[in-house]
Amino acid sequence: MEPILEFIHVCFSYHTVAGETPALYDISLSVAPGEFIAVVGPSGCGKTTLLSLVSGLLAPESGEIRLFGKAQGTSGANIGYMLQRDHLFEWRTVYDNVLLGLEIRHSLNPDTRGHVREMLQTYGLSAFQDAPPSALSGGMRQRAALIRTLALEPDILLLDEPFSALDYQTRLEVGDDIGSIIRREHKTAILVTHDLAEAITLADRIVILSARPARIKKILPLSFDESCTSPLKRRSSPQFSGYFEEVWKELKSHE
Amino acid sequence: MNDPLSKAQLDYLKKRSRHKRIVLAGQILIFFLFVGIWELTARTGLLNDFIFSSPSRMITCFIRMTKDLSIFRHIGITLAETAGSFFIVMAAGLLFAMILWLSPTLSGLLEPYLVMLNSLPKSALAPVLIVWLGNNVKTIVVAAVSVAVFGSVMTLHTGFRSVDQDKVKLIYTLGGTKRDVLRKVLVPSAVPLIINNMKVNIGLCLVGVIIGEFLAADEGLGYLIIYGSQVFKMDIVMMSIVILCIISMGLYRLIGILEKHCVKQH
Repeated sequence: MEPILEFIHVCFSYHTVAGETPALYDISLSVAPGEFIAVVGPSGCGKTTLLSLVSGLLAPESGEIRLFGKAQGTSGANIGYMLQRDHLFEWRTVYDNVLLGLEIRHSLNPDTRGHVREMLQTYGLSAFQDAPPSALSGGMRQRAALIRTLALEPDILLLDEPFSALDYQTRLEVGDDIGSIIRREHKTAILVTHDLAEAITLADRIVILSARPARIKKILPLSFDESCTSPLKRRSSPQFSGYFEEVWKELKSHE
Repeated sequence: MNDPLSKAQLDYLKKRSRHKRIVLAGQILIFFLFVGIWELTARTGLLNDFIFSSPSRMITCFIRMTKDLSIFRHIGITLAETAGSFFIVMAAGLLFAMILWLSPTLSGLLEPYLVMLNSLPKSALAPVLIVWLGNNVKTIVVAAVSVAVFGSVMTLHTGFRSVDQDKVKLIYTLGGTKRDVLRKVLVPSAVPLIINNMKVNIGLCLVGVIIGEFLAADEGLGYLIIYGSQVFKMDIVMMSIVILCIISMGLYRLIGILEKHCVKQH
């Protein structure tokens, strides 16, 4: 199958008056449609930069990013980006917050509105659609943020530590929840996280990055039993601790 | 919430409302003491009421001026000039703050000049304005605008720049442009700031209008004050100042009401 997303020898550095900080070095990776990739690495290693490059917020200094086989910028690919915090606007209702992306792209119509209402219904937020975001719990806010992203029907979903602002228990629930939602909607997703357990329970493959400038240390494919259909079930499966050990060792090893 | 309140809670509430009542009573007392002492000392000759006027003389003066309706003309003119310059300041302040935000190059270019204009004592400009614009309402409004507008641009621009960068990033990730950032994030998130800026500007505009009327008017409260002091009718001067106190308080309250209306959602 043709990859939906390719990194071809991508390098990137940040420039400030104080100097140059190399963030990514020679990243090559290809992602198949419907695949769920988790990216782990030491903090500050350039994981978020990776997502900013895919979304087109930043352009690579050398190398190329291809979407549907075409260069980023000309591909017309629809990319959804979920930030660390939900950033729901307190001056809008939950429903108006979720419509923000459609509003910006001028694609508000009865069809898209209906689709959004359906998602609010499916993911248990329809009772709150006219409430301000402050009425929602942390997990519900994150779900609203996901619906805001999914409303644009993205081809690829980028998740930048979307659960890191939640407390541990909510985090498990929401991770399970959002993981299942993404599977159900058959989205290609790239998740950046520093929580190894989260990466293992959600992803098809784990990309392990080195410290800055980030290089790909290892790409680890995961396979679980047929019965492990949800992230929570994966967590209690026998393979889980083996994978955890492997990722942990890889992260700790300095070459 | 139907539980009966505990005794401690009741005591607390009682204490709170007693405190509130004491403060209010004190405020009223201070007012009447001040007016009473002023009137008493003027009547007994302790204060020279030709120079200091007195509450009763001010009231007499006010009643006399309401009979020929002249006081309402003066108040109306001052209010209209203040309102006009206030709207110009807010519109220009918002517009220029947005333009500066949209273009960092322009804001870099203009920054030292804005700082200079903002710290320049605007009363120094008033004689220049009279020469340029003449002895009329234009001069007064421009004087009032010049007092407030530069500070307003700087305050609003700084506020726009300190908006949460992640919210800006969110708009870009949703495919938005700088214009979307302006409309969907900057302006709505700046509503409390804009209202605070309004509170400052309404006061400054009143200051500017009075300075303008001192120099270039034949009506308005500023004119009354200058005229009264020149012909030694201190009743007119003092009465105008009291009316100004009431007006400035009223205008501030008006924006307070607007604030309650708008900021609820923030």
